[in-house]
Amino acid sequence: MNKKQQKAVKASIALAVLFAVAPAANAMHIMEGYLPVGYCIAWGAVCLPFLVAGIFSMKKKLSENRRSITLLAMAGAFIFVISSLKIPSVTGSCSHMTGTGLGAILFGPAATSILGLIVLVFQAILLAHGGLTTLGANTFSMAIAGPLLSFGVFKFCDKLNVNRKVAIFLAVFLGDMFTYCVTSIQLALAYPSEAGGAAASAVKFLGVFAPTQLPLAVIEGIVTVLIMTALSSYAKPELKAIGFLKEAKGHE
Amino acid sequence: MSKNKKMTIVLLILVVLIAIVPLFALKGAEFGGSDDAGSEMVEEITGEYEPWFEPVLETVLGDELPGEVESLLFCIQTGIGVGVIAFLMGRFVERKKWVEN
Repeated sequence: MNKKQQKAVKASIALAVLFAVAPAANAMHIMEGYLPVGYCIAWGAVCLPFLVAGIFSMKKKLSENRRSITLLAMAGAFIFVISSLKIPSVTGSCSHMTGTGLGAILFGPAATSILGLIVLVFQAILLAHGGLTTLGANTFSMAIAGPLLSFGVFKFCDKLNVNRKVAIFLAVFLGDMFTYCVTSIQLALAYPSEAGGAAASAVKFLGVFAPTQLPLAVIEGIVTVLIMTALSSYAKPELKAIGFLKEAKGHE
Repeated sequence: MSKNKKMTIVLLILVVLIAIVPLFALKGAEFGGSDDAGSEMVEEITGEYEPWFEPVLETVLGDELPGEVESLLFCIQTGIGVGVIAFLMGRFVERKKWVEN
């Protein structure tokens, strides 16, 4: 990042802190109109630094190597597909996956936040799914917190020399689950229970989301492993270009 | 059959099973969205809750989006994604063939 870009990121962090602290005394997709105004603004502000950093990180990756645009498009399209599929789960309700794990593993959490935002805007406007007022909160859970964890888990596994496929599965699975944990906490902060406060609410919301999401997170992990397997046998030059595959290491 | 191929087939079957089994195991379940379940939980905690903002499209239409149209839009979303992935993947596969020969 050059100086100007660093300044922009810093400025957006300052703005985020300003807005996020304001309602601190008091939040997979949260539905339109279901978060109080203060929380909508606060979560939006929290997302800002990540999105700004995301734009720069994307620009940098693309200027380093134009070829990486194909993988970037692939990661975005993957989110489009995965997050549009509503799948029945063991609890008798349906949910869908996030699809942001692939982007996080390939491009890091910053760039993924932009990809996730695009999908969330699409769904909020056209599908009445999620919402414009809750866009900030949903972006944070699905496009920032989840990918951040996925990225961390993947890097950690890589350090420990865990098998690549296992590492991908774990990263994506945990990232997906974490997204819904964050959503639960966001809702809990906005709607603390009378008895027990926000913590009690968080348990209640987790009770709704977690069991439903568990099998879906497994599916997302598996599907991501499959697409990565395909990519690493057919798109080696691109994976090398974004630094995912080391020159000498060969495939896997 | 290569190791990757075997793994792919086994995993795909597993995915389909995970997705389909609940449908048969829980006959008569509603399979509503978990987002809706979350909203119900909000109401349970706060009592009556009136969302303070309506989805833009519903405001324009003045009514809820018809279910069929909603599934159309979801399909479009899936279609865009699959189109891009299939196009790029096809290019990659063909390229490998040409480069190797």
